[in-house]
Amino acid sequence: MTLLLAGLFVVLAGGFLSLFPRSSGLLGAGGAVAGCLMGLVPAFAVLAGGSPPSLRLPWAVPGGSFHVEIDALSAFFLVPILALSALGAVYGVAYLQAWRGRKAIGLAWLAYNTLVASMILVTIARNVVLFLVAWEMMALASFFLVVFEHEREASREAGWTYLVATHLGTAFLLAFFLMLGRESGSFEFDRLHPPSQAGLFFVLALVGFGTKAGFMPLHVWLPDAHPAAPSHVSALMSGVMIKTGVYGLVRALTFLGPLPAWWGWTLLVVGLTSGLLGVLFALAQHDLKRLLAYHSVENIGIIAMGLGLGLLGLHYGNPVLAVLGFAGALLHVVNHAIFKGLLFLGAGAVIHATQTREMDELGGLMKRMPLTGATFLIGAAAISGLPPLNGFVSEFLIYLGAYRGATSAGAPVAVPSIAAIAGLALIGGLAAACFAKACGVVFLGEPRGAHASGAHEAPRAMGIPMLVLAVACVAIGLLGPLLMRTLAPVLIQVTALPPADVVTSIDEAARPLRFIAGGAGGFLVLAALLALARAVLLSRRPIHESVTWDCGYARPTPRMQYTSSSFAQPLTDLFGLVLRTKRRASAPRGYFPGEAAFASETPDVWRETLWRRLFAGATWGFSKFAWLQQGRVHLYILYIALTLVALLIWGLR
Amino acid sequence: MTQMIEAVMVLLVLTNLLLLGTSRLATCIRTVAIQGVALGTLPVLGHAHELSLRLVLLAVGSASLKGVVFPFLLFRAMREADVRHEIEPFVGYTASILIGIGSLAVSVWASSRITLPGPAVSSLVLPAALFTILVGLFVIVSRRKALMQVIGYLAMENGIYAFGVVLVGEIPMLVELGVLLDVFVAVLVMGIAIYHIRREYDHIDVDELDALKG
Repeated sequence: MTLLLAGLFVVLAGGFLSLFPRSSGLLGAGGAVAGCLMGLVPAFAVLAGGSPPSLRLPWAVPGGSFHVEIDALSAFFLVPILALSALGAVYGVAYLQAWRGRKAIGLAWLAYNTLVASMILVTIARNVVLFLVAWEMMALASFFLVVFEHEREASREAGWTYLVATHLGTAFLLAFFLMLGRESGSFEFDRLHPPSQAGLFFVLALVGFGTKAGFMPLHVWLPDAHPAAPSHVSALMSGVMIKTGVYGLVRALTFLGPLPAWWGWTLLVVGLTSGLLGVLFALAQHDLKRLLAYHSVENIGIIAMGLGLGLLGLHYGNPVLAVLGFAGALLHVVNHAIFKGLLFLGAGAVIHATQTREMDELGGLMKRMPLTGATFLIGAAAISGLPPLNGFVSEFLIYLGAYRGATSAGAPVAVPSIAAIAGLALIGGLAAACFAKACGVVFLGEPRGAHASGAHEAPRAMGIPMLVLAVACVAIGLLGPLLMRTLAPVLIQVTALPPADVVTSIDEAARPLRFIAGGAGGFLVLAALLALARAVLLSRRPIHESVTWDCGYARPTPRMQYTSSSFAQPLTDLFGLVLRTKRRASAPRGYFPGEAAFASETPDVWRETLWRRLFAGATWGFSKFAWLQQGRVHLYILYIALTLVALLIWGLR
Repeated sequence: MTQMIEAVMVLLVLTNLLLLGTSRLATCIRTVAIQGVALGTLPVLGHAHELSLRLVLLAVGSASLKGVVFPFLLFRAMREADVRHEIEPFVGYTASILIGIGSLAVSVWASSRITLPGPAVSSLVLPAALFTILVGLFVIVSRRKALMQVIGYLAMENGIYAFGVVLVGEIPMLVELGVLLDVFVAVLVMGIAIYHIRREYDHIDVDELDALKG
């Protein structure tokens, strides 16, 4: 515990020290890296089976106490948070160089380190007040990072959307915790007990934490905020910050006692909606970071599906489904942190090299940025859930649980299981298509614009974090079956099932995984041998290089290549009803066509319909009270005085 | 001792009425200062049989702050802003006094309903304290000059102080010092703000500062 708190202090101290001019952000990044490495030690110790350390200090705030603890669940979320924060900090040093002299880099590091520290505090806080304070710190720190480029209108708007969304979420959490605390008579997490109206509390927690996690339709801030933030911050926000929402939800479930079936159903439906719509909207984007942001919605959906299946398994007494559902969901939290972090860092490297996020301006970057291209490809394969990478392992666990549920039990378990299987399969296929598009358009072919043709490989400080994450993708994929046992303490805590049941279920899942990993390992070895043979055979022959895109045209130009929207068009047309893509085209006419143009745009359908109407309604409603705002201090104080006197009289009546 | 405390309370009520009925800023500043000094003696009067260094320090500190420092700052602000009278308040002086008497009635009624955690030193304390708070609020609301708002704020603080010292008695010193520091900073900031408002707009009429209205 001491080590983690010391790490927390080091992170914060680094943030404040970076405010000094001339520190060039190295102090901030150094503090983040050192603090996170210190924190990893106790987190791993707890995951390895150590007893959870805790600390309780009095705090003058009413109802508050500085009560922190690292139990298995906290440690499980701490590991990706700490690891990705450290890697992001290393990457950020090089990434922020571009703004050197034009922006207050020190402030950005202060916000970054505060974000890291508050995420740590959120996962270890065991007191409602402490938790909410850390939660708000997290929201504010990330807000300041989103508006880092505040001179751009889009950034300010994204920051504003994010601020409104996160505060609406916190309002629900405030209601959740205050009501729960009042019923329990204490604000300590370990004294909160199941309330009488548990369903209401579940909905409050789902909305409150779901806003941060990005469940549809509460996800609207994600596709705006992630592209606006600097890339290492996007990686951190998308990789781990939104996972604090998942953490909060899982933690809240442990307070709420016996679980009705409809909670599981709700989570499953929310997960299916987020997963499917998330990936569909990702498919229709042509801003690289926006595409990745929608994929975060998709992956959060997969996590929610796993949690939903787990809850249903618990309710209907099906331990295999429960354990594998939760295992898949929790492992996917870690995996998504790794590959989404990797992909955002890769996207950042591309932006760093080309100054654009527009995929239709890019192309042919594989030759110019081999490391970025290779690691991005690994991340893309992992997020599509392809073996032998880590995304496959967690999705496979959910599949396996769902198959068990579908075959071994009655209709109440079989129906959601089959729905989950079908949904996951569709999501996986669409995700693969989407990343074929992203990788293909950005890295293959020929450059579509001047931005891409002048691209250069990322500096080493940006390359190394990407390499580490790519290696982690492969390592978890291959060593997954061996790592399964480390999930046991978390699952025992979350599901409250007998430890023996949990371990047997995990071992059961590890068996097929072992075969798959072994087979994949063999395949990799084979591929390496073939590559070696190719290199040996080619070593004595002359090698010609030719253009990538020829296609038998007399005068090929890069503009003949598939664009991101044309590649995705068959799929986006298929789902046109949901996507409502807006197209503006002026087709070529006549025998000697002159100018032609085509543009497509897919705005978020929830934002355009639900939220816009809701906020327009709210604005209309509040404008009815505009007469109260006279702009005169007297009147405002008169309002206060009248309210006070009225309350006094009413209270003493 | 109770008699002394009651005398202070009567003084408080009378000075409040004076505050409502006068247009001269200098008189208002002095009135609030007198209130402050009188209230400063309360901790000593209230706990005369167990006099401690802490209480004496508290009394001396608050009396000197309210009786010397604040009037000094306010007089300086008055000189700098070159304002001597409250001209055309929102509520006239006669009406103000009538409203003041009305709020005195409300305070007395409310005091009869409030149950206190401990025995009160005197039955006059509660109505007088409430009355002072209400008068402070009323002055803030009904006067035009920014300086009068500060005075109203000080009167309100006096009411809160009276409430605290006599009823609770054992206010932790740290809290009391914190409150005093708050008020001190507030008066200082307002003094500076008044000076700047004056320099910027050539007047300190608060009702004309509504440019930020949406």
